[in-house]
Amino acid sequence: MTDTGYALEARGIVKIFGNHVALDKVDFGLKPGEVHALLGENGAGKSTLIKILTGAYQPTLGEVLVDGVPATLNNPQHAQTYGIGTVYQEVNLLPNRSVAENLYLGHQPTRFGFVDRRKMERDSKIVLARYGLNIDPSSELGAHSVAVQQIVAIARAVELSGKVLILDEPTASLDRNEVERLFEIIVDLKKSGLAVVFITHFLDQVFAIADRVTILRNGKLIDTKSLDTLTRTDVVRLMLGKDIAFSGATKLEENRPLGEVLLDFKNYGRKRSVHPFNLTIHKGEVVGVAGLLGSGRTEMARIMFGADAADEGTVSVSGTQTSISRPTDAIAHGFGFCPEDRKAEGIFGDLSVRENIVIALQGKLGWFSALNRDEQMEIAGRFGEAMDIRAASLDMPVKLLSGGNQQKVILSRWLATDPAFLILDEPTRGIDVGAHAEIVRTINRLRDEGLALVVISSELDEVVAYSSRIVVMRDRELVAELNGENINPGVIVQAIANHRDGAPA
Amino acid sequence: MNRSLRPLLATALIFAIAYALAVMQFPSMFSTRVLGNFLTDNAFLGIAAVGMTFVILSGGIDLSVGAVIGFTGVLVAVLIAWAGMHPLLAFAIAILVAGAFGATMGLAIHYLQVPAFIVTLAGMFLARGGASVITRDSVPINHEFYAWISDLTIRLPGGGRLSFIGLTMVAIFIIGALIAHRTKFGSYVYALGGNPVSASLMGVPVARTTVAIYALSSVLAAISGIVFSLYTSAGYPLAAVGVELDAISAVVIGGTLLTGGHGFVLGTFIGVMLLGLVQTYIIFDGTLSSWWTKIVIGILLFLFIVLQRLIFVASAPGEKAAKA
Repeated sequence: MTDTGYALEARGIVKIFGNHVALDKVDFGLKPGEVHALLGENGAGKSTLIKILTGAYQPTLGEVLVDGVPATLNNPQHAQTYGIGTVYQEVNLLPNRSVAENLYLGHQPTRFGFVDRRKMERDSKIVLARYGLNIDPSSELGAHSVAVQQIVAIARAVELSGKVLILDEPTASLDRNEVERLFEIIVDLKKSGLAVVFITHFLDQVFAIADRVTILRNGKLIDTKSLDTLTRTDVVRLMLGKDIAFSGATKLEENRPLGEVLLDFKNYGRKRSVHPFNLTIHKGEVVGVAGLLGSGRTEMARIMFGADAADEGTVSVSGTQTSISRPTDAIAHGFGFCPEDRKAEGIFGDLSVRENIVIALQGKLGWFSALNRDEQMEIAGRFGEAMDIRAASLDMPVKLLSGGNQQKVILSRWLATDPAFLILDEPTRGIDVGAHAEIVRTINRLRDEGLALVVISSELDEVVAYSSRIVVMRDRELVAELNGENINPGVIVQAIANHRDGAPA
Repeated sequence: MNRSLRPLLATALIFAIAYALAVMQFPSMFSTRVLGNFLTDNAFLGIAAVGMTFVILSGGIDLSVGAVIGFTGVLVAVLIAWAGMHPLLAFAIAILVAGAFGATMGLAIHYLQVPAFIVTLAGMFLARGGASVITRDSVPINHEFYAWISDLTIRLPGGGRLSFIGLTMVAIFIIGALIAHRTKFGSYVYALGGNPVSASLMGVPVARTTVAIYALSSVLAAISGIVFSLYTSAGYPLAAVGVELDAISAVVIGGTLLTGGHGFVLGTFIGVMLLGLVQTYIIFDGTLSSWWTKIVIGILLFLFIVLQRLIFVASAPGEKAAKA
């Protein structure tokens, strides 16, 4: 054993997928008895690093050391034998089986070849008591709350590994009391010498529980620091890579006359998803939505579009109060939504470019007025040209197109329905620079044509470039609305980082 | 109370009520003779249904069961009648062949990631086709061993008889229940039916378990085929057509969730008995068309699917919270 003092260490990890460098010479050291937060936006390489530390991926270069000794981790089960246990974001247990079985599955005590259920349940009771859970081990796991399930998952990971515990966004679906309960458990585990890696998007939680923090951006290690030396603003700046000194309001035409009010959300919200928010959207304006991943940006978009129904508050369209509880309601009002996860929620990969473009229009027309092929070709051709979609043919499957062209197809789909209001969730993620500029240009053009747009983006420069107004989300709450010269990256970072008690900028 | 138990209790209750009503109309249905025949007449279906229970608990489906029964019957008959083998040797060969057949289907399902529905549909055509290629006709079996086994009965007071094949079915149900509820393999089966992704992350040997499940189903189908040949003293390539669907019905009526993860082997036993009761009632009545059996099965199935929906949707607080 060398004198690194790390329970788990990664040295010079490089991971390459195809020609994409997911991790570039990343070092990571985890001390026993510490809670180490791992931060970074989507695509920063967090999950790749975690998968390497748990053996799900093999590093292209570099090595993983357990207690200072190089180790090859073949798979998560193998990592478990080194004492490395993982709890994933979504509880990965079996809701249909008993609590005891979930704790011991694969390691059940046996007698004469049969599972010794009584011993298993007795042992479970003792283990669960250590976590302050007094539940019947023979009860079905699915009958308990998510928080209890999460604790059972942690108990399982600790029982089976016991040296390193990796928590991948464990609080994503917990409410505040449940998070506190979880934190008490983490503090206890820390005291007992366990090393904990904690991944989350909630900065408050990082500052509440973590001792040190490692920040990744674009696959590169930015820094590993003790949290005592950092402020919230420092952390956000490191994550987003924005130099706060860079300032000066952008030269947007100030005080553009606002168009008439198109949409008015009042105390609009959904339990466990987004706190009620107030937002008025005018014709001919772009409302940018900033915030870290998991801050409720996407959830807000989904509620606006009726993909998730709001359970409180009211919405009025052009002054008339109405209800939008399903996407069809939203489409009938002239809404369009380009979701964040293009592949899963946006495109129909196997359908042609033409079919992908006309599908929303067809949905709006209803069942009985089918567009014939010529009309479809005409519409697809028109938008294909206007949006400069680069496809060999409008009849090729859309999955063969590049990300940027796919995004243009989805945009065209909604533009074909002649919308009044468009919601774009991360419209420029994962697309090349040329297409990027084109999409930003399109956003500006649509605004000038009088459309109302809500654009969600992690790229602060980009949000600043096209937004007439910016709202900032934090911890599932709309925390600030920025106008005029406040629209600059520095103020946004400040607003994202501000503590709950601090006054929004 | 455990949610899984509710459909089981419902089945037991329905069986008790239906049997009581039938006895009120035909008092002679309450006799050891009828009960003994219950077991004997449904033995082959019951044995196949045990295998189907495992498959459905794991979230799969096995459509090849009826065809494997038919194929085994023909194989055993041909080995005994044409090749002059001793029946026990013929049985062993048939079980080995079926085991390899089921394991192959399991391998295809796991490694090719093809839905079980398609793989076992292919298996069904293969087995049925294979049986018909061996012979197109019914092959009678006249062997003293067969005669000896059919005489092997336990007499019950009241003129009833517990036959060897009826007892075989009961024994297989007991062994099946022990495997499902008391072994690690059993817990893996439920784990796969609950959530295959979680199961593999929790260290369940998914490949091995999947192969074992389909091999077990085919082996039990082969035993069912052997029992069927003992029952009819012949092997016929078109025997047991559609038995896989009866087995699926028995499993679902017995309270096993069609999507997997919840259910009991004992429930399947009651399910098989309930199907048998309907048939016996129609025989006793004498005026009803035997197609009424199908109508009753259809109604029962529908009833149980609705019942399960209600139970599993209404009482899943944890799961619902997870989705929100």
